[in-house]
Amino acid sequence: MTKLDSKIPEGPLAQKWTRYKDHLKLVAPNNRPKIDVIVVGTGLAGASAAASLGEMGYNVKAFCFQDSPRRAHSIAAQGGINAAKNYQNDGDSVYRLFYDTIKGGDYRSREANVHRLAEVSGNIIDQCVAQGVPFAREYGGLLDNRSFGGTQVQRTFYAAGQTGQQLLLGAYSALSRQIGLGRVKMYNRHEMLELVKVDGKARGIIARNLVTGAIERHSAHAVVIASGGYGNVFFLSTNAMGSNVTAAWKVHKQGAYFANPCYVQIHPTCIPVHGTNQSKLTLMSESLRNSGRIWVPKKKEDAEAIRAGKLKPTQIKEEDRDYYLERRYPAFGNLVPRDVASRAAKERCDAGFGIEANDTNEGVYLDFSTEIQTKGKQTAYAKGNHNPTAEEITALGKKWLEEKYGNLFTMYQKITDENPYETPMKIYPAVHYTMGGVWVDYNLQSTIPGCFVAGEANFSDHGANRLGASALMQGLADGYFVLPYTISNYLADDIRTGKISTDSPEFAEAENKVKSAIDKFLKNNGTKSVDYFHKKLGHIMWNKVGMARKEQGLKEAIQEIAKLREEFQKDVYVPGEANELNPELEKVLRVADFMELGQLMAQDALQRKESCGGHFREEYQDAEGETLRDDTNFKFVGAWEYNGSDISTEVLHKEELVYEEIKIAARNYK
Amino acid sequence: MSTTKNINITLKIWRQKNAQSKGNLETYQLNNVSTSSSFLEMLDQLNEQLVNERKEPVAFDHDCREGICGMCSLYINGRAHGPDTGITTCQLHMRMFNDGDTIYVEPWRSTAFPVIKDLVVDRSSFDRIQQAGGFVSVNTSGRTMDANAIPVPKADADKAFEAAACIGCGACVATCKNGSAMLFVSAKVSQFALLPQGKVEATDRVLNMVRQMDEEGFGNCTNTGACEVECPKGISIENIARMNREYLSASATSDK
Amino acid sequence: MSQGFSKSSVGRKILMALSGFFLLIFLLQHFVINMLSVISADAFNDVSFFMGTNPLIQYLMQPVLLFGVLFHFIMGITLERQNKAARPIQYAVNNPSFNSSWMSRNMAITGLTIFLFLALHFYDFWFPEIKTKFIDGDMTELNANGEFRFYEELLHKFTNPIRVGIYCLAFVFLSLHLMHGFQSAFQSVGLNHRKYTPIIKKLGTLYAVAIPAGFIFIALYHFLINAH
Repeated sequence: MTKLDSKIPEGPLAQKWTRYKDHLKLVAPNNRPKIDVIVVGTGLAGASAAASLGEMGYNVKAFCFQDSPRRAHSIAAQGGINAAKNYQNDGDSVYRLFYDTIKGGDYRSREANVHRLAEVSGNIIDQCVAQGVPFAREYGGLLDNRSFGGTQVQRTFYAAGQTGQQLLLGAYSALSRQIGLGRVKMYNRHEMLELVKVDGKARGIIARNLVTGAIERHSAHAVVIASGGYGNVFFLSTNAMGSNVTAAWKVHKQGAYFANPCYVQIHPTCIPVHGTNQSKLTLMSESLRNSGRIWVPKKKEDAEAIRAGKLKPTQIKEEDRDYYLERRYPAFGNLVPRDVASRAAKERCDAGFGIEANDTNEGVYLDFSTEIQTKGKQTAYAKGNHNPTAEEITALGKKWLEEKYGNLFTMYQKITDENPYETPMKIYPAVHYTMGGVWVDYNLQSTIPGCFVAGEANFSDHGANRLGASALMQGLADGYFVLPYTISNYLADDIRTGKISTDSPEFAEAENKVKSAIDKFLKNNGTKSVDYFHKKLGHIMWNKVGMARKEQGLKEAIQEIAKLREEFQKDVYVPGEANELNPELEKVLRVADFMELGQLMAQDALQRKESCGGHFREEYQDAEGETLRDDTNFKFVGAWEYNGSDISTEVLHKEELVYEEIKIAARNYK
Repeated sequence: MSTTKNINITLKIWRQKNAQSKGNLETYQLNNVSTSSSFLEMLDQLNEQLVNERKEPVAFDHDCREGICGMCSLYINGRAHGPDTGITTCQLHMRMFNDGDTIYVEPWRSTAFPVIKDLVVDRSSFDRIQQAGGFVSVNTSGRTMDANAIPVPKADADKAFEAAACIGCGACVATCKNGSAMLFVSAKVSQFALLPQGKVEATDRVLNMVRQMDEEGFGNCTNTGACEVECPKGISIENIARMNREYLSASATSDK
Repeated sequence: MSQGFSKSSVGRKILMALSGFFLLIFLLQHFVINMLSVISADAFNDVSFFMGTNPLIQYLMQPVLLFGVLFHFIMGITLERQNKAARPIQYAVNNPSFNSSWMSRNMAITGLTIFLFLALHFYDFWFPEIKTKFIDGDMTELNANGEFRFYEELLHKFTNPIRVGIYCLAFVFLSLHLMHGFQSAFQSVGLNHRKYTPIIKKLGTLYAVAIPAGFIFIALYHFLINAH
């Protein structure tokens, strides 16, 4: 078994990154134009990496499957981005952000990576402001902050409920500038379908032009995968319809280890499932938990009456409401981390207190009535009205909510046809983010030399659970402030290599592999649509590899997925042709990879005989239903090595996690 | 309180094999559409039906399905993003339609947005406008200056944000009788013009972006205001006025 | 001005607005003088004499006006053609009345109608005027009776009911054109403000209704007076 070398530099934690950077190899400006870098994906990580590398002078080729790099799903992040600026003077620091992130990740992430993330967090905000990102500001003209789950400070920078959009458009503008200058060549509507290795190094990709169907060879001295997470393995998730694992999975199949696939974040505040034709779940920003209180009825009969439509939530008296998060976790209340909040909702619904009239009764309330009163009074007072009437308070309170969350409330109303200013929102957890991903070392390099992985696609910073407003931070940190250094270090040895030819047998072989896979599906002549299989896979994943997992279920899942995969290969029907825009063909290639990944996730969940963060094994919980970690046996990163098309033969490699700085402890939000 | 029911509808959808071929409207009958479905979920349902009938499904652009990526489009019953305001097509729900309705679905129509297939159009002209100047020329050192070094009046920051909320979907172009892209371009110009970080190169930015816009074949603005009504993000034509001002003063002062 | 201003979409739009402003002012001035004909024939004759003989007006403002009208018209047609080219394939179903006014969408049609009317108007007033002054060389501005000829000529034109009808109809189109054009010109030159734009819009509607209505009133007044 190979030992995984995480390449964490020596020295005290707080100085590792600075010292390391000082000793990395460089590529001189005159040599950079001789070097090609491919970046797959144009979300926060990909766009920022492509822009930064372009600025440095490398020849960059960037790829996205959408019609424009601006569409990447980072754009949908709502709440905010964390940074240890301590502008609010409430005791924040780099160390505290580092500590909160490690703790939030349930002690399953690397100290050195997370500390680096916290160190550069401040630079991200400086950079974004310099780029013209319109963050929310206070009346004095300085930046505003809000608080988020899992922290006791206000360190989250935001732009209404569209922070991801504003940050992505910032990165997109930097990328656009480089495209305009000719330093980045952008390939829209292109999907990477294979990684090409030459002499063991990543030297290019095979991509399909989604408009013409042409299979193209692209060579480079290094390849960056920033293709996002794999939440769509569940079919229903908050991911975009096109979000997929394909680029990361192809890299995995070429030899890159895939780490912690079972770590999936189930976001507590999404709009509940409504019907069988539903295509996706919509997130309601975690920031709403700043103002909303989560509850279900105390009495089962009330819950039943609500589901039957006989009772309205506003008719339930205060004393008959169970604010279960405030009850169970008084210190953090409604702002406990996402995994804790999600499980608590599931616990209540499983116990029969769910309020949504769907198949599973899964739904809880997020209620803003208290906040309307509080803020209404405050606003009235601030306006000099010290004796406001009840109507004035309510009106002002609603106005305050509208200013803070207007777009989210409108979005909710458009989807559900209910007015959240008048009646509590209905929410339920949904698959949102995947902490697992391609294993990378401190340089963000996978086990394939020259293949770097950034953002959600790698596994690096969030352990078993990601805190809110940390994904945006990681994406930009990787792309703007880590990769430019570490890639240059790698590329320093390539200044004499010269252009990589695409005429080599390796490229020909990779191209043939892609072409025959496409050919196979188009000639399959099956009877069922791609979605049919994807939904089936999602069903297995949600029920058996979802919010709560147990040995029996996982074993069943492994069997069922393997069987489904066989059926899929035999019976899927793909209309249309290879040489045209063919969305069904795009989908089938993605779902083929999800099938394999889904099985690996179940295997990973099965081997991890503990509960930690987003990974909850019913067998491992304490008397109060909290996660029970096993630090003696499972304080490691589980990295899987591909070993042929039978996924059950994948080999597990363990990277022990060493905590030098932080005393490992049970997570406690009480 | 919402009540879900199922409706039957007739769809008239633009089908076009590729950019070169001539398209036409095809008629489809679709039954049992849940009124809680989104419009795109309804199209999914139609496509599932077509695939099961071994026919080619309808190609349409979509991705996030929560109204923020800007990828979905569609001209539905004569209006961009359909018969509702402040939303994208993915946020349009079937409860806006009645049992027995006939629904016309067409692609965005603009010289600058050529049809690729069926309902999918090429909006890369927007990207090129952005590349011509929609940025602040600052390299990513992360060491420019502290984010709080320059206070920005809240009113300006808010206006910049409102302009920056543009998702680049192209509904403004699709709905404008002149196929003008002024709302899109002005939103970007405004965002940067309102912030001190963007002011530095405001002159070149507006000249370059307008030049690129004109080269792409968009029409001229005649102030009908249709764009701001149909814009899913409620971008105001105040931004167009601001761009006109910026352009006027840039033209007068630029030495180019 | 930078190169290309007059070729750019925004530049042309600003030039359209500036010529529009000029025509708005001219129209107001024209209206005031015409209104005098209702109040006092002498006053009308005096002012007409001044306008007809003042060299600044005759040799500077008159060509400028002519240029302004032609520019506004030709540029309008040019832009309209460009705009048509920006959407070669029309929608099978379109519902623009939801998002914009008929007036704003049909400036080319109302504008063209007004231009046709102007042709008639020139034939009626301006060509004879030019002929009298510059071809026949009669700069006296007097009629056979030795009085100013202006008021009399005016009355003469408003005797034919068909001509009066066309005249009135043209002003309806002018009103529609102004309903959008007035406020649009402000927007085009960048004058849009949350506080002032609503006022400008009201003012625009007032102008668009009052001035054409006034012209129609003048026409009907003289027609009815003459009819007696």
